[in-house]
Amino acid sequence: MTKKEVVKLKINGKDREALAEPRLLLVHFIREALGLTGTHVGCDTSNCGACTVIVNGKPVKSCTMFAVQADGAEVMTVEGLIKDGALHPLQEGFKEEHGLQCGFCTPGMLMSTYALLQKNAAPKEEEIRWGISGNLCRCTGYQNIVKAVQYASKKMAQGGK
Amino acid sequence: MELHKTSPEISGMGHRMKRKEDSRFIQGRGNYVDDVNLPGMVYGHMVRSPYAHARLKSINTDAAKKLPGVLAIITGEDLAKANLAWMPTLFFDKQMVLATGKVLFQAQEVAFVVAEDRYTAADAAELVEVEYEELPVLVDPHKATDPSSPILREDREQKSNHIFHWEVGNREATDKAFANAAVKSKVHAVSQRCHPAPLETCGCVADFNKATERLTVYLTSQAPHAHRTLFALVGGIPEQNIRVVSPDIGGGFGNKVPIYPGYVCAVVASLTLGVPVKWIETRSENLQSTGFARDYHMTAELAADKDGKIKAMRVKTLADHGAFNAAAQPTKFPAGLFSVCTGSYDYPDAFCEVDGVYTNKAPGGIAYRCSFRITEAAYLIERAVDVLARDLKMDPADLRRKNYIQPKQFPYKTPLGWTYDSGNYEGALDKAMQMIGYKELRKEQEEKRKKGELMGIGISSFTEAVGAGPAHTFDIAGIKMFDSAEIRVHPTGKAICRMGTKSQGQGHETTYAQIVAQELGIPAKDVIVEEGDTDTAPYGLGTYASRSTPTSGAATAVAARKIRDKAKKIAAFLLEASEADLEWEPGKFFVKGAPGKAKSIQEIAFAAYTNVPPGLEAGLEAVDYYDPPNLTFPFGTYICVVDIDKGTGEIKVRRFVAVDDCGNMINPMVVEGQIHGGLTEGLGIAFMQLIDYDENGNVSGGSFMDYLIPTAVETPKWETGSTVTPSPHHPFGAKGVGESPNVGSPAAFVNAVVDALSHLGVKHIDMPITPWKVWNILKEKGVTG
Repeated sequence: MTKKEVVKLKINGKDREALAEPRLLLVHFIREALGLTGTHVGCDTSNCGACTVIVNGKPVKSCTMFAVQADGAEVMTVEGLIKDGALHPLQEGFKEEHGLQCGFCTPGMLMSTYALLQKNAAPKEEEIRWGISGNLCRCTGYQNIVKAVQYASKKMAQGGK
Repeated sequence: MELHKTSPEISGMGHRMKRKEDSRFIQGRGNYVDDVNLPGMVYGHMVRSPYAHARLKSINTDAAKKLPGVLAIITGEDLAKANLAWMPTLFFDKQMVLATGKVLFQAQEVAFVVAEDRYTAADAAELVEVEYEELPVLVDPHKATDPSSPILREDREQKSNHIFHWEVGNREATDKAFANAAVKSKVHAVSQRCHPAPLETCGCVADFNKATERLTVYLTSQAPHAHRTLFALVGGIPEQNIRVVSPDIGGGFGNKVPIYPGYVCAVVASLTLGVPVKWIETRSENLQSTGFARDYHMTAELAADKDGKIKAMRVKTLADHGAFNAAAQPTKFPAGLFSVCTGSYDYPDAFCEVDGVYTNKAPGGIAYRCSFRITEAAYLIERAVDVLARDLKMDPADLRRKNYIQPKQFPYKTPLGWTYDSGNYEGALDKAMQMIGYKELRKEQEEKRKKGELMGIGISSFTEAVGAGPAHTFDIAGIKMFDSAEIRVHPTGKAICRMGTKSQGQGHETTYAQIVAQELGIPAKDVIVEEGDTDTAPYGLGTYASRSTPTSGAATAVAARKIRDKAKKIAAFLLEASEADLEWEPGKFFVKGAPGKAKSIQEIAFAAYTNVPPGLEAGLEAVDYYDPPNLTFPFGTYICVVDIDKGTGEIKVRRFVAVDDCGNMINPMVVEGQIHGGLTEGLGIAFMQLIDYDENGNVSGGSFMDYLIPTAVETPKWETGSTVTPSPHHPFGAKGVGESPNVGSPAAFVNAVVDALSHLGVKHIDMPITPWKVWNILKEKGVTG
């Protein structure tokens, strides 16, 4: 075991710090050191996207990054979507359009689609499908996830957020 | 069976109610097993065999034990001292928890390392030195009974790799029908080894408290109550001292029905160390060692007259069970419900035989999103019917129509012994053909063929058998397959209910609440549903085989009706009327002819605690253990259209129409969601997935790099439709549905691809139908250069 180092970052708007071995994956740091268990682990080959978080504005599979690499970064997880008790339009969309079943992929999906809508506020269906192609879902067949993103896109265009 | 339409406020059955469970999941507030963190918790990691078949010469744990943070290392020899080195499987076999003597498949569990944190446990597992002596490997099930093949299971008295022979039906009558038939067609089809791969892998936190002697196991379990009993029976822990909690489960699809060695090791470690022990499978471990499905090598023959009337079916199947017969199935039949393979068609004679064998592969199998072996059966008959249509030069839709069991024939006894409850197969076919525009598609196909373009249309008209029990046919370790519901109505008219089943994403917290709303008129939003804690929920056998609605759903309705009976007595007392003069509509009793004289269910609930009629006990609750009189038999017709790129062999699913009939629906939105998901899993099986092994028994397809899961890009837009033929024996006319799309779709995909290539003489292609496979066929046929 190598010596642990202090990792400081801003997560969901809050400054947090904790010790981390250099090899500690960011996902384990978020889940275990910071106690934010919304971010999930679904594979060991960076295929599933359940661990997707936003690092400095970009979606990142947090199993592919070391916690020490996120030192000083601004990180957002699923827990950071809700603002002043109000659901983000994407969260609403997933519920309204039945965009989830078991819920395990949902946090990663929310983060990927959050990043997608930041970049492209009104994505076409094909763009949404490519936008979530790094996130696997075993329950929904993606169809209602596409609808959920369209719901959020419309709502945000109407000034929802 | 007509259902009373409730208001949106009540949201009984038929409403597209948004799911109650979603709120926590969209906020990252679910509670999956890896989210369970207990004070003092430590971590387990499995040491696994790199060889498929090898003698265990020695295990040296010295280096591993020296690593700071390592707390314990458990080997098979350690478990043997507690008589736990082997455990019974769910089907009359046993399997090693940790290897003793030898290993029988790659990734088999050899030792269990416990350490203070996840990473140290993994490090220490690397330091465990295991010396193996390689043995000859048996991979091909067709060679299992060759005299030259090694005998794998030295522990068995029978020195053979043959596990069972099972047959059902009338062999003589079937042979005679074939001897006399004008037309005979035959297909060899492999339902390949695949894996349910729920996005959350399997895992547990075992927490033994040495002071109270209570063991709590947080477990990714589709059947927590049955697992508690098995822990008690196998582990010798008094059952009252075991509490199994299935927290939120990230998908199951059958993967989370068996008890796996990792669970047992975590329990043993916690019993030994007196601290909570967490064990979470990695994805690769999941694919390589737990929960494979299928691996059925099947031959089907159909006998028919020259007009296409089917006379008989004959089936011969070789089943690869891997190293141990760990079939997770609740029937008395070694091949489970495979004998539903006669399908949606009416003919007098059938005969089916299945032989099971051992190979050096991961043990199983499980029922992946189906009642055990139903997907194999549905795939086989729907392929066989297509091949017969091809041999007869008939349109596959016409051939199906000619042979369907007719609505008036239900209940219909099949030649292999099942009694189908209800069906209208032609109705589903008509609807699917109309939705997709079948005739126009056939015209288009003809024109495209003239231009040398490849387009195919595939039909599948499946019948499923779901909802085990009934108790006379189905049990797990002798425990009959009823299921349960308990409803408690609080003084303010709100309710909590608990079931013996366990949702893994199916939406029980919403759909069960809608059943209560339908039956009692209490708004579904006022009903909390809890499952998965064996300390609080009534006993049940769990969720798989699409059994939740047929069993616990039925129990919920029956329990609610018991409550309504008592509510009627209270209402009569409050209204000073005779019970005979009261009428019910969801939410209230009123006096016949005087709708103003009424008592709402909420008023009645309050009275049940504050103003009980003399002679009646207080409270308003009921429990029901429901043993269904029969399975339910959902069905449907799926039609798939594919276009194939001549140059690359790439297959594009252009359209897919799914018409399902699951009787009366609780929540059509949830039903559609289940169909979308199951079709996508079927797409993966048909085109992408295979857990394969090389000649040395090395598993390929053992990670998400090699075992492909459909993404949103490959997945087409599904078109769904429904017909409604209620189950006559279910309390509200429902049938299970979650598995239909996985059962029915593989044949539709394969039939479409074969149809696209049929003019080239192609009669069958085994799954997964990859572009490489298709490209090779095109090359062989001279279509591509």
